[in-house]
Amino acid sequence: MIQEAEGIVTGAMETILAISATAGPDIPFVRPEHESLVELGRYKKRGRMIEPAGELTNDEACSLLEAVGRDGDIQSFETLFRYYGPRVKAYMARLTRDPNIAEELMQEVMITVWNKAGQFEATRGNAGTWIFTIARNLRIDAYRKNRRPDFDVNDPAFVPDDTKSAENALADRQDATRLKDAMKDLPQEQIQLLTLSFFDDCSHSKIATKLNLPLGTVKSRIRLAFARLRAALEDGK
Amino acid sequence: MNIRHHLSDELLVGFASGTLEEGWRLAVATHLALCPNCRARLTLMEDAAGELFESISPVPIEVSSFDRLKQRIRNGERNRSASPRQPTEAVKMVSPPTIPEPLRTYLGGDLADLKWKSLGRGAYHIPIKLADRSTTARLLRIPAGKPVPEHSHGGRELTLVLRGSFHDGELLFARGDIEEADASVEHQPVATPGQDCICLAVTDAPLRFSSWFMRLLQPVLRI
Repeated sequence: MIQEAEGIVTGAMETILAISATAGPDIPFVRPEHESLVELGRYKKRGRMIEPAGELTNDEACSLLEAVGRDGDIQSFETLFRYYGPRVKAYMARLTRDPNIAEELMQEVMITVWNKAGQFEATRGNAGTWIFTIARNLRIDAYRKNRRPDFDVNDPAFVPDDTKSAENALADRQDATRLKDAMKDLPQEQIQLLTLSFFDDCSHSKIATKLNLPLGTVKSRIRLAFARLRAALEDGK
Repeated sequence: MNIRHHLSDELLVGFASGTLEEGWRLAVATHLALCPNCRARLTLMEDAAGELFESISPVPIEVSSFDRLKQRIRNGERNRSASPRQPTEAVKMVSPPTIPEPLRTYLGGDLADLKWKSLGRGAYHIPIKLADRSTTARLLRIPAGKPVPEHSHGGRELTLVLRGSFHDGELLFARGDIEEADASVEHQPVATPGQDCICLAVTDAPLRFSSWFMRLLQPVLRI
């Protein structure tokens, strides 16, 4: 798993730069205002690299998260880190050319995963989605200076799910598998639009400009993608 | 509650991915608090994003990175607030408030606590302070049976009904309904007779010119 390498270090840098390059010149480089970044100098020196773990099923990831939440099990956490750390860093690297910033944000995400693992509900959960939402919220907080208003499920004015919409939600692990398969079947053009939306901070109109497509086409492709995913989940009921 | 007018995919994707500016996000989040249907759609989008995230090309990480993380854990370092939505302590209230979160916090209280400013002709508003300058948000109170006052906007507009209802042409918008209009839409919302209509209205912020001459011309040029 662990390799000594100068070559891999350069490889990593190239990957990050390649990823940043695909984000396009229109995405501004924004330096997040993170206190810990002041200390960036310490991490400039590059050492041995962890090779990203290739496979981790949702069931495995859920059990690991539970072990972290229940027992504070550092070994389970390390397994999660080996799999998700490189992915969180890749997600962060899509908005910055600076690998140190991506590394710092990844560290913040993984600390949050450690601290909040006890709140993860494995029964209805998708470990990847849970970690992704933590990473996304942290990325919004780092790159956007304004507040991030969100609904509060414990607010007395909050209208809870009725049974019908609860059924539509990703309610169990079977649904997670069904969704995974449905995603594999989506046409590449739809996957591309979802990727630009979720990872590259692109609005519909920005995507239209970037891909030189009419705005209506972008809208309808995204609508089609979600309609297909919804249909795939409903078929399984 | 029977919500008829929901969020567009575009707004929901913007909320799920984090690209929405604060004002739009405030209206979308407040609608989501009232609308289980749109929350189910949001869940699907977040799960789809989670799947994409699983298949992202991973970036190698230094071995020292995990050592550093372990050190931070040993030092008992707490994360910054970036957790997913989590149940917090339930607030005890005699009767549920009319205005849901997150809007209630932005306003500093529920309907009874609000200090309305008159717009004339029986209409009132409360400007809402946002950190983001690209959008403008305010609470509007339109007198029963009357049209929305001073209604011209150049860009996108979101209107979320919190109490009462309004008609826009044939369409009825009641509590929880959200109307999305852009510059191309000519519309004239009219509050339904019987009760004042209270809604959250978010628009693109008007352009700010540094020159006093341009500012003077703004109303004339309608920009």
